[in-house]
Amino acid sequence: MRFLVPMAIFVVLVVVLAVGLKLDPRYVPSPLINKDAPAFTLETLADPNTTLTKQDLLGRPVLVNVWASWCSACRVEHPLLLSMAQNDKVEIIGLNYKDTREAGSELLQAHGNPYRQVLFDPQGKLGLDLGVYGVPETFVLDAKGVIRFKQVGPITPEAWRDHIKPLLAKLAASPAP
Amino acid sequence: MKRLRTALLLCALVGGAQAADTPFQFDQPEQAARYQRLTEELRCLVCQNQNLADSHADLAQDLRNEVYRMITGGQTDRQIVDFMVARYGEFVLYRPPVSPLTWLLWFGPFLLLAGAGGVWWAVARDRGVSAPDATEDAAVAALTRQDKAPS
Repeated sequence: MRFLVPMAIFVVLVVVLAVGLKLDPRYVPSPLINKDAPAFTLETLADPNTTLTKQDLLGRPVLVNVWASWCSACRVEHPLLLSMAQNDKVEIIGLNYKDTREAGSELLQAHGNPYRQVLFDPQGKLGLDLGVYGVPETFVLDAKGVIRFKQVGPITPEAWRDHIKPLLAKLAASPAP
Repeated sequence: MKRLRTALLLCALVGGAQAADTPFQFDQPEQAARYQRLTEELRCLVCQNQNLADSHADLAQDLRNEVYRMITGGQTDRQIVDFMVARYGEFVLYRPPVSPLTWLLWFGPFLLLAGAGGVWWAVARDRGVSAPDATEDAAVAALTRQDKAPS
């Protein structure tokens, strides 16, 4: 009986610490969820004379994937992006972040291009406005350009299956503005 | 001679490494002080236990540039902090504002202190009931007498 209280405290402590161990300290909840995506005007990676703005992303749900040729974790998710674009017909907009045109284009040529368009952001200006801190990052934008989901780090097959795919289906089903 | 040359080369290398960090030039010392204070209070998101002033991460350099640009552009501290919070959330602040979400963070330690005080009080009260009785007093008195006797 006299051990009941210390035992209870011990159990609570173990549970709290166990939950703490499972949390990812690198995951920072984005304040941008359910906010309007920032406006931008950027050249495309392929062509310095073509610029895209936020208007070009409106009207249908899109995935915005932040990547760079120097980012090794981006290679990990690359096959999944290719499969998403090919098999699931997802429109993925690439944001080439703090990279060079040459290196970025080379990587796409060597490994395949899952992107409908690639925005070129060598200074990381749009990256800053999107609160990017760990490439790769992926944002789901709805038809109105509102950020609905953010994945920090490579998209895992689980994240795709459990979060992104259902969300896209839901967004596609809701009437366009 | 060779040693001197090596030393000079090392100095040049170290100098180069520091220059890469671009120390900013401010027109007014007041701006430099604000820059110092802001970069010390903002967290680098890549190496999370460092502030912007100490971090060598690329992102920290970008954010330092941004703080510099905003200070020289005449923005207030409030505006700069709001700019960072809008993008990275309150996590960038080493001193997050008091809100329902951070109550546990701000008041948790006092709660723990109160709890510990409660336990201490409860234990002290329980002991108080049974503690000094007549036989113990007598035993102590006997011992002190024995100590004094031989001298």
